[in-house]
Amino acid sequence: MSPTILLLLALGLGLAGWLAARARAWAFRRAAPGGRLHSLPSYHAWYVALWIVIPVVLFVVAWSGIKPGLVDQTVLASPAAADLPEFGFERQTILSEARAVAAGKAAGVFNPEASKLVEPYRAAQSLFGTIGLVITLVIGFAGGALAYLRLKPDFAARNRVERIVMGVLLTASLVAILTTIGIFASLVFETARFFGMVSPLDFLFGTHWGPDPMANAASPDASTYGAIPLFWGTIFIGAIIAMVVAIPLGLMSAIYLTQYAHPEWRKWLKPALEILAGVPTVVYGYFAALTVAPAIRDAALAVGISNASSESALAAGIVMGVMIIPFVSSMADDSIAAVPQAMRDGSLALGATTSETIKRVLIPAALPGIVAGIMLAVSRAIGETMIVVMAASTAANLSANPLEAMTTVTVQIVAMLTGEGSFDHPATLSAFALGFVLFMVTLTLNFIALRVVKRFREAYE
Amino acid sequence: MNDAGALVLPTRTDAFEARLRQRYRAEKRFKALGLGAILFSVIVLAFLLVTMTINGIGGFQRVESEVTIDFTQAGLAGDSSTLSQSNAVQTLEAQGLPAVVAMAATEQLGAEAAAQIDGDAWREVAAAIIADPALLKETRSFSLAVGPKLASGYAGEGSPEMQALARELAEDGKIAKNFDAGFLERADATNPQKVGIWGALKGSIYTMIVTLALAFPIGVLAALYLEEYAPRNRWTDLIEVSINNLAAVPSIIFGLLGLAVFLWMFPSYRSAPLIGGMTLALMTMPVIVISGRNAIKAVPPSIRDGALAVGASPVQVVFHHVLPLALPGILTGTIIGMARALGETAPLLMIGMRAFVAAPPEGFTSPATVLPVQIFLWSDEIDRNFVERTSAAINGLAIYLRNKFEKKW
Repeated sequence: MSPTILLLLALGLGLAGWLAARARAWAFRRAAPGGRLHSLPSYHAWYVALWIVIPVVLFVVAWSGIKPGLVDQTVLASPAAADLPEFGFERQTILSEARAVAAGKAAGVFNPEASKLVEPYRAAQSLFGTIGLVITLVIGFAGGALAYLRLKPDFAARNRVERIVMGVLLTASLVAILTTIGIFASLVFETARFFGMVSPLDFLFGTHWGPDPMANAASPDASTYGAIPLFWGTIFIGAIIAMVVAIPLGLMSAIYLTQYAHPEWRKWLKPALEILAGVPTVVYGYFAALTVAPAIRDAALAVGISNASSESALAAGIVMGVMIIPFVSSMADDSIAAVPQAMRDGSLALGATTSETIKRVLIPAALPGIVAGIMLAVSRAIGETMIVVMAASTAANLSANPLEAMTTVTVQIVAMLTGEGSFDHPATLSAFALGFVLFMVTLTLNFIALRVVKRFREAYE
Repeated sequence: MNDAGALVLPTRTDAFEARLRQRYRAEKRFKALGLGAILFSVIVLAFLLVTMTINGIGGFQRVESEVTIDFTQAGLAGDSSTLSQSNAVQTLEAQGLPAVVAMAATEQLGAEAAAQIDGDAWREVAAAIIADPALLKETRSFSLAVGPKLASGYAGEGSPEMQALARELAEDGKIAKNFDAGFLERADATNPQKVGIWGALKGSIYTMIVTLALAFPIGVLAALYLEEYAPRNRWTDLIEVSINNLAAVPSIIFGLLGLAVFLWMFPSYRSAPLIGGMTLALMTMPVIVISGRNAIKAVPPSIRDGALAVGASPVQVVFHHVLPLALPGILTGTIIGMARALGETAPLLMIGMRAFVAAPPEGFTSPATVLPVQIFLWSDEIDRNFVERTSAAINGLAIYLRNKFEKKW
């Protein structure tokens, strides 16, 4: 019994319970002397339906988590599994092969040992499938009966249903906290394992990066885990080159759109600018790798720089800057719009030109908001992955020359986790340590920026 | 200044006039700079779209050669009853259909070119015969895909011999580049002539269904709770702070979470749309919550007061009155969030959706890839033919851009 069928069964039972309970509530209403119930019949119906569906769904979710384990245990306890290899990869392969055949996903087995296990697997799967079905039905009927028997003309069904609804709403809003905790816990856990193998000092302050995923995992060479070149590459591409492009262009775009542009033009230009933010990053990466990077290399060669790389930091940084323009622009737009009109009018009334008003009044007044917007833009740029994965190099390089190949934290996370390395290897775990650093840095930037924006808005409201 | 002779005010000295002219020039410069900045962005956008479109047109084409096959001489047996069985392709193969096709190609194109016809080209012929068994009594010409080497030769790349051969064949009108509708129907393949985006598209659709099914209800319910019922205390503040931060966390971090938590919980569903959708749902949820809260905030309080005054309970007020009114706003936010999730690549790379998947996924738990990841994989290929395919896939993504454009304004 697949979880989907069990869930559909739960919905069917719920519907049956709903109809039965509503019929009963209508019967109460007809029989009651004044024809009045405490709650409307539909609330009685929902009360019963929720008592059926919620326990069953919880059970099905839990059951689909533990059922594969139970099936495996039963199969391993059977006599056919006695001569399996004790541990390791081979044992897992045989088991998964037998499982696939038993489930009908694979036509036949390659491994003769697996064929012996197909039958026990099939038997165990049908056994636990039946058990799951029976428990589902028992829970559904028990919940339904319990709720159904409670129905009375003066039963406060509405209040009960609303209490359940509030519980569901609260649970939904807790998902956000759970996600944050999940991110934090998984990063901290894996990072701690990594730091058990490589000292944090070597990681944070070493200047040579070149982990070998195939090297002996027991004694990692800590000197190849120095992340400084990665941090530098990330800052150089995301916070320096990209911002040199994005800040002037974004700021000037925002100023032109809010202060100069004719409303008709603005109606067209603003959405066009927003489209730049909507282009998928993989398309930017493709553009950077195949159009911008070769153009930059050719241009460098033309002016006589012979060692320009075709995976230069400049190409990735410029394209990233273009991607960030709409972001900076809309943040600056909001901040400038938040400056009270009276300040602008005052400056214009004293005879200042529009540009003088902007430069001497509007921008200084909007500065906290603009700076916060830039911080958010930086945090987005250093966390951006696809552009640098496609256009920047994987070679770590500590250099200030924008034409050289450079790598970033996100590139290395992708490189370390999509390789062939095992999950217990320090090279793989280093990705989580890098992710942890990235998470903390972006979190700090976002936190400060959101604080500043909030206070700034309050100051003028 | 025109009537300066009539009335010269003491302040309008020459120095003042010069200063004024300078200030006006500065004003003009500043304005031009602003216009230049925005024009730069628009030009970059136009350049991006135009390059992708021009390259993309090539992606929907493939190099084909016209081969006429006379089935009356081929000695193939079969009628509508034998060819309607599931092993029809094998039946035709056993009767020597591949050899028939190869022979016809050799006769018409020459041995050298026939060797470059794609090895599986006869399958297209077989599919045509199965669709219409009456073909076996006729003579019919087919457009067969050429192999990757000859295709590179046609594009002016690859080995000099292939280029010469391709030029010769093209001059005789034996090979040409034609529109290829199959690009929308096939999945990934090792031969760029035979790849398609249907596999990736289907993977994207499955992933988006999971994302929407999880992120939309949770996001809307959380927004309702936070905006309508939550008491102001430390816990609610914590929820708010974490939602705001989650909206700005780099997407790759969600990939790490999916890898460490979801794949640890369901190790057998590696690279399945289910896991991808769950990961993207966590990423999309904060966007829906934030836009949902703004939409709920915009519902006037008089609606709530009116409903409460006629005796509705707080839950009834929200579900009967506030939610229906806020729904359009919430849906706009949802579309933006889903568009972001659709274009997202990095988190899906983390959870293994970068595998080579040659068949379209059959369900939520079978291995799949998605459009953006497919673009990433193809862009890594050295074979230049993939580049055009890539651009065509990008054009598919452009559809969603237009959606976003229309919904927001």
